[in-house]
Amino acid sequence: MSTDETQREIIDEFSLLDGDREMSVMYLMELGQKLPALTDEHRTDVNLVKGCQSKVWLATTLKNGHVYFSADSNTAVTKGLVSLLIRIFNGHLPQEILGADLFFVKEIGMDRFVGTQRTNGFAAMIDRMKKEAEVLKSNAGVRA
Amino acid sequence: MTTRAATGPGLDITAIRKEFPILSQQINGHPLVYFDNAATTQKPGQVIKALTDYYSGYNANIHRGIHTLAEKATKGFEETRVAAQHFLGAREKEEIIFVRGVTEAINLVARAMGSRLLKKGDEILISGLEHHSNIVPWQMIAEEVGASIQVIPVSENGELDLSALDTLLSRKTKMVTVNHASNSLGTINDIETIIDKAHEVGALVMIDGAQAAAHIDIDVQKLDCDFYCISGHKMYGPTGVGVLYGKREHLEQMPPYMGGGEMIREVTFKKTTYNDIPYKFEAGTPNIADVIALNEAFRFISRISKDSIRRHEAQLLDYAARQLTRLKGVRLVGTAREKVSVQSFLVDGVHPFDVGQLLDARGIAVRTGHHCTQPLMEHFGIEGTVRASFAVYNTQEEIDAMIEGISRIKGFLQ
Repeated sequence: MSTDETQREIIDEFSLLDGDREMSVMYLMELGQKLPALTDEHRTDVNLVKGCQSKVWLATTLKNGHVYFSADSNTAVTKGLVSLLIRIFNGHLPQEILGADLFFVKEIGMDRFVGTQRTNGFAAMIDRMKKEAEVLKSNAGVRA
Repeated sequence: MTTRAATGPGLDITAIRKEFPILSQQINGHPLVYFDNAATTQKPGQVIKALTDYYSGYNANIHRGIHTLAEKATKGFEETRVAAQHFLGAREKEEIIFVRGVTEAINLVARAMGSRLLKKGDEILISGLEHHSNIVPWQMIAEEVGASIQVIPVSENGELDLSALDTLLSRKTKMVTVNHASNSLGTINDIETIIDKAHEVGALVMIDGAQAAAHIDIDVQKLDCDFYCISGHKMYGPTGVGVLYGKREHLEQMPPYMGGGEMIREVTFKKTTYNDIPYKFEAGTPNIADVIALNEAFRFISRISKDSIRRHEAQLLDYAARQLTRLKGVRLVGTAREKVSVQSFLVDGVHPFDVGQLLDARGIAVRTGHHCTQPLMEHFGIEGTVRASFAVYNTQEEIDAMIEGISRIKGFLQ
């Protein structure tokens, strides 16, 4: 599934919640709960995403040229937010991640139900993931 | 609100709520429940009206104007000084300095008094319950002069352990600075004992009254503290205005904090002589509108009476603590015997941010995090808390709404 297709799927799911703020936050938390646990070795200071008020650890691996992120957070809402990004990005090529336009954020009205502080933190997560993809892309270039 | 809300101890809470225009709105489809009063209280109509009256009727720069508007603005401004004098029980109106709030007041005293009073090897005694604004300014001046900071320890229930005072206080202690009530836990500190003991060793005492002003009667002469400060916005007044009280003898010997207009007597390029107190500390055009509106906050509080406010809030606090305790997996943080209407708590296995986010989705405003008291949070081994803080316009029904919200969160996340 392309990153755009996954985003449209997320938009559809959130549209069922009809803008209900409590339901949206709870749904986000539920998604976070389903995120596979991050092993302790990945909960390092290096893996902490800067710019988030909550703690978010992000680990990146490359399998056959495809990027796989795993993450954890000390707060349920943030874990839900990062789970959305993982769902969109995982299994894609670094350049696909770099080129992805994340239109779902505006479409689901995220700033309305998570607030400015968390929206800023969310931007920091996206930034970090794109930077990781950039590094992997340039590494691949060096190897080629 | 229903009739139960109106049966406070002699207070008609329904009528009081009507004085606060902001309270009648819906947030996320629910009636607003505002429990973030320790951060800032809402403003009654008379405070809002004073602001608009000033700007639409007599906005003018004060003190040096001879025209009618300047006269009227100056009169309003200086009337608040007298009101503040009475509110704090000060001996004279010259002992009242207008500042932006408690943070500026503490910085002013730390800078102006600290630079004069403190030298290498001296000690400043603070408490483990302090807000960052009553820690950092003292650290800054201490570092500059080579003084050190000592800390009164906090017990498990969130009270200060005053038995430590005898060992902490010595002739080296030059300044003692503590809050009247804690913003994170609500603890009302026994400042009378602290002031007496500090004076015994010759130290000066500053009291941060930010969390006390809307709840506790203050009499600086009876307390005999050297400095006391309050923030207008935490006592139904506007933001950006506060009051520093200082004993005349200290204020007179303190150098000015900022230079500029108003604070001078005469300026030449060779030498400037300073104005008398309080103007020596009020450089530049002050916050005229908010100072004038602050008087209405004093009037609001005195009309309702602090005693009635306190009794109503005590009932709310007691009710909230009991209801929270009944929820399995909810832990109260801060259970001092004497408290203002602040209740911090934790929900097992749920981060305070998540509790705050879900309560907000139901229109309930609480504060989450470390409340600018990181050393205190570290003392309890926690990152932060959820904090509900109550004001005169809050009701038991609103607490019920919060309890219901927390029950849902527990059911969902635990």
